[in-house]
Amino acid sequence: MVKFGVVVFPGSNCDKDCLWAIKDITGEKADFVWHESKDIMKYDVIVLPGGFSYGDYLRTGAIARFSKVMYAVQKFAVKKNKMVVGICNGFQILLEAGLLPGAMLVNKNLKFISKFIHLSVENNKTAYTNKCVKGQVLRVPIAHGEGNYFCDEKTLNSLIENDQVVFRYCDGQGKINVDSNPNGSLYNIAGIMNKKGNVMGMMPHPERAMSARLGSVDGNLVFQSIVNHVKKYL
Amino acid sequence: MAKVKIYVTLKDGVLDPQGKTVQFALDKMGYKNIDSVKMGKYIEIDTKNDGKDLKKEIDEICDKLLANPNIEKYTFTIE
Repeated sequence: MVKFGVVVFPGSNCDKDCLWAIKDITGEKADFVWHESKDIMKYDVIVLPGGFSYGDYLRTGAIARFSKVMYAVQKFAVKKNKMVVGICNGFQILLEAGLLPGAMLVNKNLKFISKFIHLSVENNKTAYTNKCVKGQVLRVPIAHGEGNYFCDEKTLNSLIENDQVVFRYCDGQGKINVDSNPNGSLYNIAGIMNKKGNVMGMMPHPERAMSARLGSVDGNLVFQSIVNHVKKYL
Repeated sequence: MAKVKIYVTLKDGVLDPQGKTVQFALDKMGYKNIDSVKMGKYIEIDTKNDGKDLKKEIDEICDKLLANPNIEKYTFTIE
């Protein structure tokens, strides 16, 4: 079975949802990992969940990146090449930690946006989307105030050239344009990965789209892709 | 003892939705001469370090934590 570690920061609030999605729905193993723990090498995948770590003070993710567990996560990702997935606040932490390029700005409309949106699978040859087809439209919720992705032009070009853009905001038909961009993100970016492909961050919440009762089952594709990848390659 | 006053603002060219909204409000209020509004953060630090390396230390603090170099720049004064 694939072993997931779900990190719990003070202020995380999607940690239980992630644990439930992994254990109860995907059927794999998952433990909570307290933010003061350094003992993470036993896991195949580390998940940084959504929430408001350290109250989002200063900048989202800015304080969390200095917690003890993040030093271990750096080593886990950079030296051991193991998989790290950041969802929402987890994505913001990965950006602050420099594990992914760019930064988050306040949503263009200045509002906290909590609603279902559509995602286009930009790259399906990744550890997070191998169960999807290219251009597939997923229906997943977002819930954030600072998800307006920004990076400089050079970084954006390099993300595109290296196929590091994993998800982009689109409409129900898969059209990617200004109208289907909920928060003002550059290039409609909703999720990116690093060059090596072992670190991925996304603002939408796949763990909240795991059951028809929750309004969508599309989040399963993300978790199943990760499990598929780990079983195949690790 | 020294007091350090740090100003963190968005870099030029980075979209500032809060600044834009304040500018819009001021325009509506009739202040028609305002060309742009930029929002930022003000941070005050009291420190026992009043030596020569204080400037270096504040730069380090800003680079590591207080400002995100991807989107922000900073200035500070020491009193």
